[in-house]
Amino acid sequence: MSDLIRQNASVLANAIATKEVSAVEVTQAHLDRITAVDDKVHAFLHVNAQSALDQAKAVDAKVASGVPLGPLAGVPLGLKDVLAMKGEPTTAGSRILEGWRPPYDSTVVQRLRAADIVILGKTNMDEFAMGSSTEHSAYGATHNPWDLDRIPGGSGGGSAAALAAFEAPLAIGTDTGGSIRQPASVTGTVGVKPTYGGVSRYGQIALASSLDQPGPCARTVLDTALLHAAIAGYDPMDSTSINAAVPDVIAAAQRADVRGMKIGVVKELGGDGYQAGVSQRYAEALEILQGLGAEVIEVSCPSFEYALGAYYLILPSEASSNLARFDGMRYGLRVGDDGNNGVEQVMSMTREAGFGPEVKRRIMLGTYALSSGYYDAYYGQAQKVRTLITRDFNAAFEQVDVLVSPTAPTTAFKLGEKLDDPIAMYLNDVATIPVNLAGIGAMSLPIGLAPEDGLPVGFQIMAPAMADDRLYLAGGALEAALTDKWGHLLIEEAPEL
Amino acid sequence: MTSISRADVAHLGRLARLELTESELDHYSEQLDVILQSVARISEVAADDIPPMSHPIPMVNVFRDDVVKPSLTREEALAAAPATEDDRFRVPRILDEE
Repeated sequence: MSDLIRQNASVLANAIATKEVSAVEVTQAHLDRITAVDDKVHAFLHVNAQSALDQAKAVDAKVASGVPLGPLAGVPLGLKDVLAMKGEPTTAGSRILEGWRPPYDSTVVQRLRAADIVILGKTNMDEFAMGSSTEHSAYGATHNPWDLDRIPGGSGGGSAAALAAFEAPLAIGTDTGGSIRQPASVTGTVGVKPTYGGVSRYGQIALASSLDQPGPCARTVLDTALLHAAIAGYDPMDSTSINAAVPDVIAAAQRADVRGMKIGVVKELGGDGYQAGVSQRYAEALEILQGLGAEVIEVSCPSFEYALGAYYLILPSEASSNLARFDGMRYGLRVGDDGNNGVEQVMSMTREAGFGPEVKRRIMLGTYALSSGYYDAYYGQAQKVRTLITRDFNAAFEQVDVLVSPTAPTTAFKLGEKLDDPIAMYLNDVATIPVNLAGIGAMSLPIGLAPEDGLPVGFQIMAPAMADDRLYLAGGALEAALTDKWGHLLIEEAPEL
Repeated sequence: MTSISRADVAHLGRLARLELTESELDHYSEQLDVILQSVARISEVAADDIPPMSHPIPMVNVFRDDVVKPSLTREEALAAAPATEDDRFRVPRILDEE
């Protein structure tokens, strides 16, 4: 088998299981690729080559002894640095956790290990997952493999860039307001934010607990489904985990059929404020879906125009509370402990030194929104908007099976372009945020390059809670039609690095 | 909705345990003001009769059985501490001397 780094995960797993290639060879090929290109891309914060090769050897031993293996056994993966992995550096992109090595595995990591997936290392991200460009990482920005002067999206830009740079065929992201989907959109890859409670948050460093959700990232819809199935399912260690059967996402990705499906175009997510090339590719994708036998209907979700405002009150509120744990007492950075300073002084000096600007901004915003006298006007009102957005989704899903929109208003913008303009940065998430507020699932998949800049455009599919299989049914069908049209996956058009 | 002053930011910094610099006070008072102005539109939604939603899943009181399970050892729990003493976390002075 040639060009191991360009193969899909499902193909690699099959080749490993049939001894056409060893898991060690596959892992080594990806480690070599990281060595060759990650200086330019900076998708990884930490790579443990020895550990990855040891994991791969164990898979090869299982293959040799005839032990039945899962459908992704031996396939390498990049893990977003927000998920705890025992003994490996886990920073969430922050200086305050520099050098911290968790004493336990997150549930996602436990399940990846159980599926014999080879974890190469930790991928870069905006600090504590706050951002849409990965420029807020304390360890330097990640670069988009399509154009190294552009952002790879965020917060999970490292995971998406690792896929697009062929450094790994699988990656894990987390999505609080679009941090899986928007990076997928701007890198020509696939990402799914599962239904809230579908994948355990145990061991995920919390940003906003009522919005956060880990999920799968890959270069094809089927690979994404295989990874989704590997990590999803009830976990007693997460009190918000849903105790119900996971929808059969693999079967849905394989069926890939939209005949008779009712697809709702969200009127409020598109048009003004969306780049021309994004709107053009989006309209073409809708035509393709119609041609495949879907019924495309316009639906209105009037409360969505308030989603961004509600999100930027709810998220900072929850984040300011969650990040209170970083106090320099039990783990992580401690600054100013000179024997004279009291504990509050040490905490304030530690947090001042350890947090970056976007994190401080959001902590203060959340502290403000939750403070006495402002609570009802800000946090309380935002929670009511959340109810209205959920009602809009419920009403829409009475008419249609899935909802669709462009994933992001634009293609990848230039590094530095929006770094000092928080509002401009926040607007990237305008189409992805409603999903998190309602707790439903959504996918982004590539639908072509914008004519004006030659950069990937993403298509978002949204499904009701616990109907994540519909994402794969529709996404799989659209991907198959586009791949037929182009003769290859879009990612094959990414430039050589 | 009110606007946010430099003094407000200093107060927020104290509440949030952030020892902000003078230039940060200037910078953040400006930025937080802009952000708050832009999110203030949510107040347009008259919502007296709408229940607030704190969470996507209507779950309450999810408990596990009260049984003893293995947990981190003392060594593991202390391994990442910035300072330890006598098998405990060593922390800075908590009470004033006088």
